[in-house]
Amino acid sequence: MRNVAAEVAVIGAGPAGLCAAYQARSAGADVLLIDENKLPGGQLFKQIHKFFGSGEHQAGVRGFDIAKALLTRVAESGVRVKLDSLVYGIQPDKSMGLLDAEENCLLRAEKVVIAAGAKENYTPFAGSTLPGVIGAGAAQTMIHINRVLPGKRVVMVGAGNVGLIVSYQLLQAGAEVAAVVEAAPRIGGYGVHAAKIRRAGVPIYVGHTISRAYGGTDGGGDCGAGAGGVEHVEIVRLDENWRPVAGSEFTLDADTVCLAVGLSPMTELIWMAGCRFEYIPAFGGHVPLHDHNMETTVGGLYVAGDVTGVEEASTAMEEGGLAGVAAAEALGYLSASAAARKKAEIAARLNSLREGPFGDARRAAKEKQLAAMARFCSCEAERGAV
Amino acid sequence: MTEILICRCQEITREDIRRAVEDGATTVDGVKRRTRACMGLCQGKTCERLVQGIIAELTGKSRAEILPQKSRMPVRPVKIGLLGGADDRPV
Repeated sequence: MRNVAAEVAVIGAGPAGLCAAYQARSAGADVLLIDENKLPGGQLFKQIHKFFGSGEHQAGVRGFDIAKALLTRVAESGVRVKLDSLVYGIQPDKSMGLLDAEENCLLRAEKVVIAAGAKENYTPFAGSTLPGVIGAGAAQTMIHINRVLPGKRVVMVGAGNVGLIVSYQLLQAGAEVAAVVEAAPRIGGYGVHAAKIRRAGVPIYVGHTISRAYGGTDGGGDCGAGAGGVEHVEIVRLDENWRPVAGSEFTLDADTVCLAVGLSPMTELIWMAGCRFEYIPAFGGHVPLHDHNMETTVGGLYVAGDVTGVEEASTAMEEGGLAGVAAAEALGYLSASAAARKKAEIAARLNSLREGPFGDARRAAKEKQLAAMARFCSCEAERGAV
Repeated sequence: MTEILICRCQEITREDIRRAVEDGATTVDGVKRRTRACMGLCQGKTCERLVQGIIAELTGKSRAEILPQKSRMPVRPVKIGLLGGADDRPV
């Protein structure tokens, strides 16, 4: 078993991991950035829309352009990058199993940043295993990375930002969107995204859900899922207790159903390392405790991005930067005052990203997470004092 | 097409999970051992969250109490030969 070593190992080369690697490397640390995918950038290359916010958050810049700039900076900084490589496990002492080009290696690093991102949620209904029922993220990968349409006529389940944005991108790619269906009584995503698809003539049914997908015959669509796939879907209205209203069903022709029903942090490695967690529904479930340095309850193990709680690429980049600065400081590459200055700048940008009607809930969730970490630390300190 | 699958990999229905809870399962691991839910190719990445929800609903526990399954290596499907050594080389 080959040994691989680095001062800082960053797992996941999405927005959070790229920024963590860049910050740690810029300060002088030896950094190894690992991703299981063949291309770095995470979800950024699938984001063809312009970002929101202020100039310092790259508002008006499209996701893939942000990714290109970030990759250039990382490459020029001298970060070592391993793609198509998998960290398949981690021990509480932070030693890791790494498959590097199909070779099993033992990876050791003084500091580890886990930026593994999130996975798409699934919702079951009759016919949900038919070909043609896919995640909205899968549809986005197909149209922007593989340049193929998942189908000709799509029903989108979920009117959060992912559902709204992917619906618009499917329209741009040449698909028809039959409807967006949202179980909640109101649209969850930004009004500007909803308005774009409404102007394009796509109906958004709030307080409705998909009850069934029909298909599986030879007459299935000839595009995408093909024969045997989805042919039409049944939509039903929900009452105020989220119960289907009998008699309210109607059907829509569609060969594709996209599920945009939320994301969950991909925390397997963090659980495996023995970190403490807190259940925070606004962040997508159980999330690891971390302090203002993004360090978890396992010393030297940092987390950043969606894995700490599902937010946005802009917050992921800032959290990654914080983790990178903190790891470099802990290794002695940054003085306390230099690190404090950098961290204060990043923290100020993070706070401004967690403001407003959509940011307040995330800010409250993050404060809860940090408070749980503080409680854990004071308990540990008491135990140590006895 | 009337049966709704919760775990697609192992074809486990909501009724299968209900029976596991009736049999005494109160955790994802308990349901997993009784039904094989979460033991397929995706290792629960699709159904684990749903299984957690069903357990919470049937036992009256809060979602916070229903932890994910015990996390073990490897976190992705990996060829056993790569970990164990496909040839005679010591690993």
